[in-house]
Amino acid sequence: MTNQGQRGTGFAGPQVAPPWGGDAEGGAGGLVLRGVHTHIGAYHILHGVDLAIPKGQLTMLLGRNGAGKTTTLRTIMGLWQASQGRVSFAGRDITKLSTPQIAELNIAYVPESMGIFSDLTVKENMLLAARSAKRASQMDEDRLKWIFSLFPAVEKFWNHPAGKLSGGQKQMLAVARAIVEPRELLIVDEPSKGLAPAIINNMIDAFAQLKASGVTILLVEQNINFAKRLGDTVAVMDNGVVVHAGSMAELAQDAGLQQSLLGLAL
Amino acid sequence: MKTDFDWKPLALVPLLAAGVFPFIGSGSTWLTLTVAGLAMGMIIFIIASGLTLVFGLMDVLNFGHGVFIALGAFVATSVLGAMSDWTGSQELWRNLVAVLPAMLIAMLVAGAVGLAFERFIVRPVYGQHLKQILITMGGMIIGEELIKVIWGPAQIALPLPEAMRGSLLVGEAAIEKYRLIAVVVGVLVFALLAWTLSRTKIGLLIRAGVQDREMVESLGYRIKRLFVGVFVVGSALAGLGGVMWGLYQQNVIPQMGAQVNVLIFIVIIIGGLGSTGGALIGALLVGLMANYTGFLAPKVALFSNIALMAAVLLWRPQGIYPVTNR
Repeated sequence: MTNQGQRGTGFAGPQVAPPWGGDAEGGAGGLVLRGVHTHIGAYHILHGVDLAIPKGQLTMLLGRNGAGKTTTLRTIMGLWQASQGRVSFAGRDITKLSTPQIAELNIAYVPESMGIFSDLTVKENMLLAARSAKRASQMDEDRLKWIFSLFPAVEKFWNHPAGKLSGGQKQMLAVARAIVEPRELLIVDEPSKGLAPAIINNMIDAFAQLKASGVTILLVEQNINFAKRLGDTVAVMDNGVVVHAGSMAELAQDAGLQQSLLGLAL
Repeated sequence: MKTDFDWKPLALVPLLAAGVFPFIGSGSTWLTLTVAGLAMGMIIFIIASGLTLVFGLMDVLNFGHGVFIALGAFVATSVLGAMSDWTGSQELWRNLVAVLPAMLIAMLVAGAVGLAFERFIVRPVYGQHLKQILITMGGMIIGEELIKVIWGPAQIALPLPEAMRGSLLVGEAAIEKYRLIAVVVGVLVFALLAWTLSRTKIGLLIRAGVQDREMVESLGYRIKRLFVGVFVVGSALAGLGGVMWGLYQQNVIPQMGAQVNVLIFIVIIIGGLGSTGGALIGALLVGLMANYTGFLAPKVALFSNIALMAAVLLWRPQGIYPVTNR
Protein backbone atom coordinates (compact mmCIF):
# COMPACT_ATOMS: atom_id res chain seq x y z
CA MET A 1 0.00 0.00 0.00
CA THR A 2 1.41 3.39 -0.83
CA ASN A 3 0.48 6.69 0.68
CA GLN A 4 2.46 9.16 -1.33
CA GLY A 5 1.59 12.80 -0.90
CA GLN A 6 0.69 12.65 2.80
CA ARG A 7 2.92 15.59 3.72
CA GLY A 8 1.35 17.76 6.35
CA THR A 9 -1.77 15.65 6.69
CA GLY A 10 -1.23 15.14 10.44
CA PHE A 11 -3.99 13.50 12.41
CA ALA A 12 -6.61 14.20 9.83
CA GLY A 13 -4.69 12.52 7.05
CA PRO A 14 -5.04 8.98 5.76
CA GLN A 15 -3.61 6.33 8.05
CA VAL A 16 -1.17 3.63 7.12
CA ALA A 17 -3.09 0.53 8.17
CA PRO A 18 -1.15 -1.96 10.28
CA PRO A 19 0.01 -4.62 7.81
CA TRP A 20 -0.62 -7.41 10.34
CA GLY A 21 -4.28 -6.53 10.39
CA GLY A 22 -4.49 -5.10 13.92
CA ASP A 23 -5.97 -1.74 14.79
CA ALA A 24 -4.08 1.48 14.27
CA GLU A 25 -3.96 2.32 17.99
CA GLY A 26 -1.38 -0.24 19.00
CA GLY A 27 -4.03 -2.53 20.38
CA ALA A 28 -2.16 -5.52 19.08
CA GLY A 29 0.72 -4.60 21.41
CA GLY A 30 2.91 -2.89 18.86
CA LEU A 31 4.12 0.65 18.32
CA VAL A 32 1.94 3.12 16.47
CA LEU A 33 2.66 6.65 15.29
CA ARG A 34 -0.25 8.78 14.13
CA GLY A 35 0.24 12.10 12.38
CA VAL A 36 3.55 12.78 14.13
CA HIS A 37 5.19 16.12 13.41
CA THR A 38 8.61 17.02 14.78
CA HIS A 39 10.37 20.35 14.67
CA ILE A 40 14.06 20.77 15.46
CA GLY A 41 14.59 24.43 16.09
CA ALA A 42 13.23 26.27 13.08
CA TYR A 43 13.19 23.13 10.93
CA HIS A 44 10.06 21.09 10.37
CA ILE A 45 11.44 17.55 9.92
CA LEU A 46 8.52 15.15 10.29
CA HIS A 47 5.35 16.17 8.48
CA GLY A 48 2.77 13.76 9.88
CA VAL A 49 4.31 10.32 10.17
CA ASP A 50 1.85 7.42 10.27
CA LEU A 51 3.53 4.16 11.10
CA ALA A 52 2.55 0.86 12.70
CA ILE A 53 5.09 -1.63 14.01
CA PRO A 54 3.48 -5.04 14.56
CA LYS A 55 4.26 -6.87 17.79
CA GLY A 56 6.75 -9.70 17.48
CA GLN A 57 7.84 -8.80 13.97
CA LEU A 58 10.84 -7.10 12.47
CA THR A 59 10.01 -3.91 10.63
CA MET A 60 12.49 -2.21 8.36
CA LEU A 61 12.30 1.57 8.03
CA LEU A 62 13.84 2.55 4.71
CA GLY A 63 14.39 5.77 2.85
CA ARG A 64 16.96 8.06 1.38
CA ASN A 65 19.31 10.17 3.49
CA GLY A 66 17.38 13.01 5.09
CA ALA A 67 14.02 11.28 4.72
CA GLY A 68 13.37 11.55 8.48
CA LYS A 69 14.14 8.00 9.63
CA THR A 70 16.50 8.92 12.48
CA THR A 71 14.22 11.76 13.55
CA THR A 72 11.36 9.28 13.71
CA LEU A 73 13.35 6.98 16.01
CA ARG A 74 14.45 9.86 18.22
CA THR A 75 10.88 11.10 18.43
CA ILE A 76 9.70 7.64 19.47
CA MET A 77 12.35 7.64 22.22
CA GLY A 78 11.39 11.13 23.41
CA LEU A 79 14.83 12.51 22.58
CA TRP A 80 13.01 15.02 20.42
CA GLN A 81 9.45 15.89 21.34
CA ALA A 82 6.71 15.51 18.77
CA SER A 83 5.12 18.89 18.19
CA GLN A 84 1.90 17.27 17.02
CA GLY A 85 0.47 13.77 16.73
CA ARG A 86 0.55 10.69 18.93
CA VAL A 87 2.99 7.88 19.64
CA SER A 88 1.55 4.86 21.41
CA PHE A 89 3.10 1.62 22.57
CA ALA A 90 1.06 -1.40 23.63
CA GLY A 91 -2.00 0.84 23.65
CA ARG A 92 -0.41 3.44 25.95
CA ASP A 93 0.16 7.02 24.83
CA ILE A 94 3.91 7.68 25.23
CA THR A 95 4.06 10.95 23.27
CA LYS A 96 4.77 13.14 26.27
CA LEU A 97 6.84 10.70 28.30
CA SER A 98 10.47 11.48 28.99
CA THR A 99 13.20 9.30 27.48
CA PRO A 100 13.88 7.39 30.74
CA GLN A 101 10.15 6.71 31.17
CA ILE A 102 9.99 5.33 27.63
CA ALA A 103 13.06 3.17 28.25
CA GLU A 104 11.42 1.83 31.42
CA LEU A 105 8.68 0.37 29.20
CA ASN A 106 11.37 -2.06 28.03
CA ILE A 107 12.03 -0.18 24.85
CA ALA A 108 15.73 -0.28 23.95
CA TYR A 109 17.37 2.09 21.52
CA VAL A 110 20.67 1.84 19.66
CA PRO A 111 21.49 5.15 17.98
CA GLU A 112 23.37 5.49 14.72
CA SER A 113 26.45 6.57 16.73
CA MET A 114 26.04 3.36 18.77
CA GLY A 115 26.22 5.33 22.03
CA ILE A 116 29.08 3.26 23.41
CA PHE A 117 30.73 4.66 26.54
CA SER A 118 34.31 4.53 25.31
CA ASP A 119 35.98 5.15 28.66
CA LEU A 120 34.08 2.29 30.29
CA THR A 121 34.88 -1.38 29.85
CA VAL A 122 32.63 -3.72 27.88
CA LYS A 123 31.45 -5.18 31.20
CA GLU A 124 30.62 -1.73 32.58
CA ASN A 125 28.69 -0.86 29.42
CA MET A 126 26.62 -4.01 29.85
CA LEU A 127 26.13 -3.45 33.57
CA LEU A 128 24.78 0.04 32.96
CA ALA A 129 22.08 -1.31 30.68
CA ALA A 130 21.11 -3.98 33.21
CA ARG A 131 18.98 -1.71 35.34
CA SER A 132 18.13 -4.38 37.90
CA ALA A 133 21.77 -5.25 38.62
CA LYS A 134 24.06 -3.24 40.86
CA ARG A 135 27.07 -5.44 40.22
CA ALA A 136 28.19 -7.53 37.26
CA SER A 137 27.64 -10.67 39.33
CA GLN A 138 23.94 -9.79 39.57
CA MET A 139 23.38 -9.85 35.80
CA ASP A 140 21.34 -12.75 34.45
CA GLU A 141 23.98 -15.39 33.75
CA ASP A 142 21.90 -17.46 31.33
CA ARG A 143 20.98 -14.40 29.34
CA LEU A 144 24.61 -13.31 29.23
CA LYS A 145 25.58 -16.73 27.88
CA TRP A 146 22.96 -16.37 25.18
CA ILE A 147 24.26 -12.89 24.33
CA PHE A 148 27.84 -14.20 24.23
CA SER A 149 26.70 -16.88 21.77
CA LEU A 150 25.22 -14.14 19.56
CA PHE A 151 28.16 -11.79 19.93
CA PRO A 152 31.35 -13.66 20.93
CA ALA A 153 33.37 -10.41 20.84
CA VAL A 154 31.47 -9.15 23.87
CA GLU A 155 32.74 -12.06 25.95
CA LYS A 156 36.23 -11.94 24.46
CA PHE A 157 36.76 -8.28 25.31
CA TRP A 158 34.68 -8.28 28.53
CA ASN A 159 37.23 -6.39 30.64
CA HIS A 160 38.64 -4.20 27.88
CA PRO A 161 37.84 -0.51 27.37
CA ALA A 162 34.98 -0.25 24.89
CA GLY A 163 36.78 2.58 23.12
CA LYS A 164 39.45 0.15 21.97
CA LEU A 165 36.97 -2.07 20.09
CA SER A 166 36.71 -2.04 16.30
CA GLY A 167 33.64 -0.54 14.62
CA GLY A 168 32.01 -3.94 14.17
CA GLN A 169 32.74 -4.97 17.75
CA LYS A 170 31.26 -1.71 19.01
CA GLN A 171 28.10 -2.34 17.01
CA MET A 172 27.85 -5.83 18.51
CA LEU A 173 28.31 -4.36 21.98
CA ALA A 174 25.67 -1.72 21.29
CA VAL A 175 23.08 -4.34 20.33
CA ALA A 176 24.19 -6.72 23.11
CA ARG A 177 23.82 -3.93 25.61
CA ALA A 178 20.34 -3.14 24.36
CA ILE A 179 19.20 -6.72 24.99
CA VAL A 180 21.04 -7.41 28.24
CA GLU A 181 17.61 -7.55 29.85
CA PRO A 182 14.40 -8.76 28.18
CA ARG A 183 12.92 -6.02 25.97
CA GLU A 184 9.52 -5.53 24.41
CA LEU A 185 10.77 -3.37 21.58
CA LEU A 186 14.24 -2.97 20.13
CA ILE A 187 14.94 0.08 17.98
CA VAL A 188 18.22 0.14 16.07
CA ASP A 189 19.46 2.88 13.76
CA GLU A 190 21.55 1.56 10.85
CA PRO A 191 23.12 -1.52 12.46
CA SER A 192 25.08 -2.45 9.33
CA LYS A 193 26.57 0.97 8.68
CA GLY A 194 30.28 0.76 7.93
CA LEU A 195 30.54 -2.92 8.81
CA ALA A 196 32.49 -5.57 6.89
CA PRO A 197 30.36 -8.18 5.07
CA ALA A 198 31.34 -10.96 7.49
CA ILE A 199 30.22 -8.90 10.45
CA ILE A 200 27.00 -7.95 8.66
CA ASN A 201 26.23 -11.66 8.27
CA ASN A 202 26.90 -12.15 11.96
CA MET A 203 24.58 -9.25 12.74
CA ILE A 204 21.85 -10.68 10.49
CA ASP A 205 22.06 -14.02 12.32
CA ALA A 206 21.81 -12.23 15.65
CA PHE A 207 18.72 -10.24 14.64
CA ALA A 208 17.13 -13.38 13.23
CA GLN A 209 17.58 -15.08 16.61
CA LEU A 210 16.26 -12.03 18.41
CA LYS A 211 13.21 -12.01 16.16
CA ALA A 212 12.66 -15.68 16.87
CA SER A 213 12.71 -14.92 20.58
CA GLY A 214 9.60 -12.78 20.12
CA VAL A 215 11.08 -9.29 20.45
CA THR A 216 9.47 -6.58 18.36
CA ILE A 217 12.18 -4.92 16.29
CA LEU A 218 12.33 -1.69 14.33
CA LEU A 219 15.46 -1.24 12.21
CA VAL A 220 16.46 1.74 10.14
CA GLU A 221 18.57 0.49 7.27
CA GLN A 222 20.26 1.68 4.11
CA ASN A 223 21.60 -1.76 3.24
CA ILE A 224 18.88 -3.25 1.05
CA ASN A 225 20.20 -6.81 1.22
CA PHE A 226 20.23 -6.60 4.99
CA ALA A 227 16.63 -5.37 4.92
CA LYS A 228 15.51 -8.03 2.48
CA ARG A 229 16.97 -10.88 4.52
CA LEU A 230 15.49 -9.81 7.83
CA GLY A 231 12.38 -7.73 7.35
CA ASP A 232 8.85 -9.00 7.89
CA THR A 233 7.28 -5.64 7.22
CA VAL A 234 8.62 -2.46 5.71
CA ALA A 235 7.91 1.23 5.77
CA VAL A 236 9.52 3.68 3.39
CA MET A 237 9.95 7.35 4.30
CA ASP A 238 10.49 10.35 2.10
CA ASN A 239 10.49 14.04 3.01
CA GLY A 240 9.29 13.43 6.54
CA VAL A 241 6.32 11.17 5.80
CA VAL A 242 5.78 7.44 5.37
CA VAL A 243 5.10 6.90 1.70
CA HIS A 244 4.76 3.15 1.71
CA ALA A 245 4.00 0.42 4.25
CA GLY A 246 3.53 -3.26 3.63
CA SER A 247 5.25 -6.61 3.71
CA MET A 248 8.94 -6.80 2.91
CA ALA A 249 8.39 -9.74 0.53
CA GLU A 250 5.86 -7.70 -1.45
CA LEU A 251 8.28 -4.80 -1.90
CA ALA A 252 11.17 -7.14 -2.74
CA GLN A 253 9.16 -8.64 -5.60
CA ASP A 254 7.97 -5.36 -7.11
CA ALA A 255 10.87 -3.81 -9.03
CA GLY A 256 8.78 -0.87 -10.17
CA LEU A 257 7.78 -0.01 -6.63
CA GLN A 258 11.38 -0.23 -5.45
CA GLN A 259 12.43 2.07 -8.24
CA SER A 260 9.75 4.63 -7.48
CA LEU A 261 10.24 4.53 -3.69
CA LEU A 262 13.95 4.07 -3.29
CA GLY A 263 15.38 4.84 -6.67
CA LEU A 264 17.01 1.43 -6.89
CA ALA A 265 16.28 -2.22 -7.41
CA LEU A 266 16.48 -4.72 -4.54
CA MET B 1 44.30 -5.26 22.22
CA LYS B 2 46.16 -2.56 24.17
CA THR B 3 44.68 -1.43 27.46
CA ASP B 4 47.61 0.71 28.57
CA PHE B 5 46.89 3.40 31.06
CA ASP B 6 47.83 6.88 29.89
CA TRP B 7 50.70 7.51 32.34
CA LYS B 8 52.21 10.57 30.67
CA PRO B 9 50.12 13.15 32.60
CA LEU B 10 51.03 11.42 35.86
CA ALA B 11 54.68 12.05 35.10
CA LEU B 12 54.09 15.81 34.90
CA VAL B 13 53.99 16.29 38.67
CA PRO B 14 57.35 14.61 39.45
CA LEU B 15 58.83 16.17 36.30
CA LEU B 16 57.85 19.64 37.45
CA ALA B 17 59.14 18.99 40.96
CA ALA B 18 62.42 17.58 39.66
CA GLY B 19 62.75 20.25 36.98
CA VAL B 20 62.74 23.17 39.43
CA PHE B 21 65.15 21.54 41.88
CA PRO B 22 68.33 22.91 40.24
CA PHE B 23 66.89 26.44 40.30
CA ILE B 24 66.01 26.26 44.00
CA GLY B 25 69.33 24.76 44.94
CA SER B 26 68.62 23.93 48.57
CA GLY B 27 67.09 20.49 49.15
CA SER B 28 65.35 21.53 52.36
CA THR B 29 63.77 24.58 50.71
CA TRP B 30 62.70 22.45 47.78
CA LEU B 31 61.06 19.91 50.11
CA THR B 32 59.24 22.61 52.06
CA LEU B 33 57.95 24.22 48.87
CA THR B 34 56.97 20.87 47.38
CA VAL B 35 54.92 19.81 50.43
CA ALA B 36 53.31 23.25 50.51
CA GLY B 37 52.47 22.94 46.82
CA LEU B 38 51.02 19.45 47.23
CA ALA B 39 48.91 20.62 50.18
CA MET B 40 47.61 23.60 48.24
CA GLY B 41 46.96 21.35 45.26
CA MET B 42 45.00 18.86 47.32
CA ILE B 43 42.77 21.60 48.73
CA ILE B 44 42.16 22.97 45.25
CA PHE B 45 41.36 19.44 44.06
CA ILE B 46 38.75 18.98 46.79
CA ILE B 47 37.08 22.17 45.61
CA ALA B 48 37.43 21.51 41.88
CA SER B 49 36.40 17.84 41.78
CA GLY B 50 32.69 18.59 42.09
CA LEU B 51 32.79 21.43 39.60
CA THR B 52 34.41 19.35 36.89
CA LEU B 53 31.73 16.66 37.25
CA VAL B 54 28.99 19.30 37.20
CA PHE B 55 30.32 20.57 33.90
CA GLY B 56 30.93 17.10 32.53
CA LEU B 57 27.47 15.78 33.33
CA MET B 58 25.26 18.64 32.25
CA ASP B 59 27.50 21.05 30.39
CA VAL B 60 26.79 23.60 33.11
CA LEU B 61 29.28 26.43 33.57
CA ASN B 62 28.92 27.28 37.25
CA PHE B 63 30.83 30.46 37.95
CA GLY B 64 29.15 30.63 41.35
CA HIS B 65 31.04 27.63 42.76
CA GLY B 66 33.18 29.98 44.83
CA VAL B 67 30.28 30.94 47.08
CA PHE B 68 30.26 27.43 48.56
CA ILE B 69 33.95 27.79 49.39
CA ALA B 70 33.35 31.02 51.29
CA LEU B 71 30.25 29.61 52.94
CA GLY B 72 32.13 26.55 54.20
CA ALA B 73 34.92 28.70 55.56
CA PHE B 74 32.56 31.08 57.38
CA VAL B 75 30.56 28.21 58.86
CA ALA B 76 33.87 26.86 60.15
CA THR B 77 34.64 30.18 61.88
CA SER B 78 31.36 29.86 63.78
CA VAL B 79 31.74 26.19 64.67
CA LEU B 80 35.39 26.42 65.65
CA GLY B 81 34.75 29.70 67.46
CA ALA B 82 32.14 27.96 69.57
CA MET B 83 34.57 25.12 70.33
CA SER B 84 37.55 27.24 71.33
CA ASP B 85 38.19 25.07 74.40
CA TRP B 86 38.76 22.15 72.07
CA THR B 87 40.77 24.01 69.45
CA GLY B 88 42.94 25.56 72.16
CA SER B 89 43.96 22.16 73.49
CA GLN B 90 47.45 20.83 72.89
CA GLU B 91 46.03 17.37 72.24
CA LEU B 92 45.49 16.50 68.59
CA TRP B 93 42.42 14.32 69.21
CA ARG B 94 40.65 17.21 70.97
CA ASN B 95 41.48 19.46 67.99
CA LEU B 96 40.08 16.84 65.63
CA VAL B 97 36.88 16.62 67.69
CA ALA B 98 36.40 20.31 66.87
CA VAL B 99 37.60 20.30 63.25
CA LEU B 100 35.67 17.25 62.07
CA PRO B 101 32.23 18.61 63.08
CA ALA B 102 33.21 21.97 61.55
CA MET B 103 33.96 20.18 58.28
CA LEU B 104 30.75 18.13 58.40
CA ILE B 105 28.53 21.11 59.22
CA ALA B 106 30.23 23.20 56.52
CA MET B 107 29.59 20.41 54.02
CA LEU B 108 25.96 20.08 55.10
CA VAL B 109 25.29 23.81 54.84
CA ALA B 110 27.12 24.15 51.52
CA GLY B 111 25.30 21.08 50.17
CA ALA B 112 21.90 22.43 51.24
CA VAL B 113 22.61 25.82 49.70
CA GLY B 114 23.88 23.99 46.62
CA LEU B 115 20.54 22.21 46.33
CA ALA B 116 18.70 25.55 46.33
CA PHE B 117 21.29 27.09 43.99
CA GLU B 118 20.74 24.30 41.45
CA ARG B 119 16.96 24.50 41.71
CA PHE B 120 16.51 28.26 41.45
CA ILE B 121 19.61 29.52 39.64
CA VAL B 122 21.05 26.76 37.46
CA ARG B 123 17.98 24.76 36.39
CA PRO B 124 16.24 27.59 34.54
CA VAL B 125 19.28 28.05 32.28
CA TYR B 126 20.19 24.51 31.26
CA GLY B 127 21.79 24.50 27.83
CA GLN B 128 22.36 28.28 27.76
CA HIS B 129 26.02 28.93 28.47
CA LEU B 130 25.98 32.71 28.39
CA LYS B 131 23.04 32.89 30.78
CA GLN B 132 24.69 30.28 33.00
CA ILE B 133 27.81 32.41 33.34
CA LEU B 134 25.85 35.56 34.08
CA ILE B 135 23.33 34.09 36.48
CA THR B 136 25.78 31.95 38.43
CA MET B 137 28.12 34.92 38.83
CA GLY B 138 25.10 36.88 40.00
CA GLY B 139 24.28 34.07 42.42
CA MET B 140 27.79 34.26 43.83
CA ILE B 141 27.53 38.00 44.35
CA ILE B 142 24.23 37.54 46.19
CA GLY B 143 25.81 34.74 48.23
CA GLU B 144 28.74 36.96 49.19
CA GLU B 145 26.40 39.73 50.27
CA LEU B 146 24.37 37.29 52.37
CA ILE B 147 27.60 36.14 54.02
CA LYS B 148 28.35 39.79 54.83
CA VAL B 149 24.87 40.14 56.33
CA ILE B 150 25.38 37.09 58.57
CA TRP B 151 29.07 37.32 59.48
CA GLY B 152 29.86 40.93 58.63
CA PRO B 153 32.04 42.35 55.84
CA ALA B 154 35.35 42.24 57.70
CA GLN B 155 38.04 39.61 57.56
CA ILE B 156 37.62 36.97 60.27
CA ALA B 157 40.53 35.04 61.73
CA LEU B 158 40.40 31.27 61.44
CA PRO B 159 43.39 30.18 63.49
CA LEU B 160 44.67 26.66 63.30
CA PRO B 161 43.94 24.50 66.34
CA GLU B 162 46.89 24.36 68.70
CA ALA B 163 48.15 20.87 67.92
CA MET B 164 48.02 21.52 64.17
CA ARG B 165 50.33 24.54 64.37
CA GLY B 166 54.06 24.47 63.93
CA SER B 167 56.33 22.38 61.79
CA LEU B 168 57.97 19.03 61.70
CA LEU B 169 61.65 18.95 60.88
CA VAL B 170 62.65 16.51 58.16
CA GLY B 171 66.40 16.88 57.96
CA GLU B 172 66.78 20.62 57.58
CA ALA B 173 63.38 21.07 55.97
CA ALA B 174 60.51 22.49 57.98
CA ILE B 175 57.19 20.87 57.00
CA GLU B 176 54.12 22.56 58.42
CA LYS B 177 51.90 20.04 60.20
CA TYR B 178 48.71 21.43 58.72
CA ARG B 179 50.02 20.97 55.19
CA LEU B 180 50.54 17.31 55.88
CA ILE B 181 47.00 17.11 57.26
CA ALA B 182 45.71 18.82 54.11
CA VAL B 183 47.53 16.26 51.94
CA VAL B 184 46.04 13.40 53.97
CA VAL B 185 42.50 14.82 53.72
CA GLY B 186 42.95 15.41 50.00
CA VAL B 187 44.16 11.84 49.46
CA LEU B 188 41.18 10.50 51.45
CA VAL B 189 38.71 12.58 49.41
CA PHE B 190 40.33 11.46 46.16
CA ALA B 191 40.30 7.80 47.26
CA LEU B 192 36.63 8.03 48.21
CA LEU B 193 35.76 9.72 44.91
CA ALA B 194 37.82 7.25 42.89
CA TRP B 195 36.20 4.31 44.69
CA THR B 196 32.70 5.72 44.17
CA LEU B 197 33.32 6.44 40.50
CA SER B 198 34.95 3.11 39.70
CA ARG B 199 33.23 0.64 42.03
CA THR B 200 29.60 1.72 42.35
CA LYS B 201 26.73 1.85 39.92
CA ILE B 202 26.16 5.53 40.73
CA GLY B 203 29.79 6.18 39.85
CA LEU B 204 29.39 4.24 36.65
CA LEU B 205 26.36 6.35 35.77
CA ILE B 206 28.28 9.56 36.47
CA ARG B 207 31.19 8.47 34.28
CA ALA B 208 28.83 7.40 31.52
CA GLY B 209 26.77 10.59 31.85
CA VAL B 210 29.89 12.72 31.48
CA GLN B 211 30.54 10.98 28.14
CA ASP B 212 27.03 10.77 26.70
CA ARG B 213 24.11 11.85 28.85
CA GLU B 214 21.56 11.25 26.11
CA MET B 215 22.53 7.57 25.95
CA VAL B 216 22.30 7.28 29.72
CA GLU B 217 18.73 8.58 29.51
CA SER B 218 18.01 6.13 26.69
CA LEU B 219 19.04 3.34 29.06
CA GLY B 220 16.31 4.46 31.46
CA TYR B 221 18.13 6.64 33.96
CA ARG B 222 16.99 10.12 34.99
CA ILE B 223 20.17 12.05 34.51
CA LYS B 224 18.79 15.31 35.89
CA ARG B 225 18.31 13.65 39.29
CA LEU B 226 21.84 12.35 39.08
CA PHE B 227 23.03 15.84 38.22
CA VAL B 228 21.26 17.34 41.25
CA GLY B 229 23.02 14.78 43.43
CA VAL B 230 26.39 15.55 41.90
CA PHE B 231 25.77 19.29 42.22
CA VAL B 232 24.96 18.92 45.93
CA VAL B 233 28.00 16.71 46.57
CA GLY B 234 30.17 19.12 44.55
CA SER B 235 28.89 22.04 46.66
CA ALA B 236 29.53 20.10 49.87
CA LEU B 237 33.08 19.32 48.74
CA ALA B 238 33.58 23.00 47.95
CA GLY B 239 32.39 23.73 51.50
CA LEU B 240 34.97 21.25 52.82
CA GLY B 241 37.60 22.85 50.61
CA GLY B 242 36.59 26.23 52.01
CA VAL B 243 37.27 25.03 55.56
CA MET B 244 40.64 23.65 54.47
CA TRP B 245 41.51 26.81 52.54
CA GLY B 246 40.41 29.07 55.39
CA LEU B 247 42.61 27.15 57.85
CA TYR B 248 45.45 27.24 55.30
CA GLN B 249 45.19 31.04 55.04
CA GLN B 250 44.17 31.36 58.72
CA ASN B 251 41.60 33.97 57.86
CA VAL B 252 38.48 34.28 55.75
CA ILE B 253 36.84 37.08 53.76
CA PRO B 254 33.51 37.00 51.88
CA GLN B 255 35.33 37.37 48.53
CA MET B 256 37.60 34.38 49.07
CA GLY B 257 35.46 32.18 46.81
CA ALA B 258 35.82 34.53 43.88
CA GLN B 259 39.58 34.63 44.42
CA VAL B 260 39.88 30.83 44.36
CA ASN B 261 37.44 30.51 41.44
CA VAL B 262 40.11 31.46 38.90
CA LEU B 263 42.46 28.74 40.12
CA ILE B 264 39.67 26.16 40.03
CA PHE B 265 38.78 26.90 36.43
CA ILE B 266 42.44 26.70 35.45
CA VAL B 267 42.58 23.31 37.17
CA ILE B 268 39.51 21.81 35.47
CA ILE B 269 40.59 23.11 32.07
CA ILE B 270 44.08 21.64 32.53
CA GLY B 271 42.59 18.36 33.72
CA GLY B 272 40.05 18.00 30.95
CA LEU B 273 36.47 19.08 31.61
CA GLY B 274 34.65 16.27 33.38
CA SER B 275 37.73 14.34 34.44
CA THR B 276 38.36 13.92 38.19
CA GLY B 277 41.74 12.25 37.59
CA GLY B 278 42.70 15.16 35.38
CA ALA B 279 41.51 17.61 38.03
CA LEU B 280 43.80 15.97 40.60
CA ILE B 281 46.86 16.24 38.35
CA GLY B 282 45.88 19.79 37.34
CA ALA B 283 45.41 20.83 40.97
CA LEU B 284 48.78 19.41 42.01
CA LEU B 285 50.50 21.16 39.10
CA VAL B 286 48.82 24.47 39.96
CA GLY B 287 49.68 24.13 43.66
CA LEU B 288 53.32 23.31 42.95
CA MET B 289 53.67 26.00 40.30
CA ALA B 290 52.23 28.68 42.62
CA ASN B 291 54.69 27.78 45.38
CA TYR B 292 57.77 27.39 43.18
CA THR B 293 57.22 30.63 41.27
CA GLY B 294 56.27 32.42 44.49
CA PHE B 295 59.75 31.56 45.74
CA LEU B 296 61.77 31.84 42.52
CA ALA B 297 60.08 34.73 40.74
CA PRO B 298 57.32 36.34 42.80
CA LYS B 299 56.59 38.89 40.08
CA VAL B 300 55.44 36.20 37.64
CA ALA B 301 53.64 34.05 40.23
CA LEU B 302 50.19 35.27 39.17
CA PHE B 303 50.96 34.66 35.52
CA SER B 304 52.56 31.26 36.05
CA ASN B 305 49.36 29.22 36.25
CA ILE B 306 47.98 30.83 33.12
CA ALA B 307 51.25 29.93 31.37
CA LEU B 308 50.97 26.39 32.74
CA MET B 309 47.43 26.09 31.37
CA ALA B 310 48.53 27.41 27.97
CA ALA B 311 51.43 24.95 27.84
CA VAL B 312 49.20 22.00 28.73
CA LEU B 313 46.59 23.02 26.15
CA LEU B 314 49.27 23.30 23.48
CA TRP B 315 50.22 19.70 24.30
CA ARG B 316 46.67 18.38 24.77
CA PRO B 317 44.05 20.88 23.58
CA GLN B 318 41.25 19.15 25.48
CA GLY B 319 43.15 18.81 28.74
CA ILE B 320 45.45 16.12 30.05
CA TYR B 321 42.72 13.50 30.46
CA PRO B 322 40.10 14.46 27.89
CA VAL B 323 36.76 12.76 28.42
CA THR B 324 35.93 10.73 25.32
CA ASN B 325 32.83 11.63 23.29
CA ARG B 326 32.81 15.22 24.48
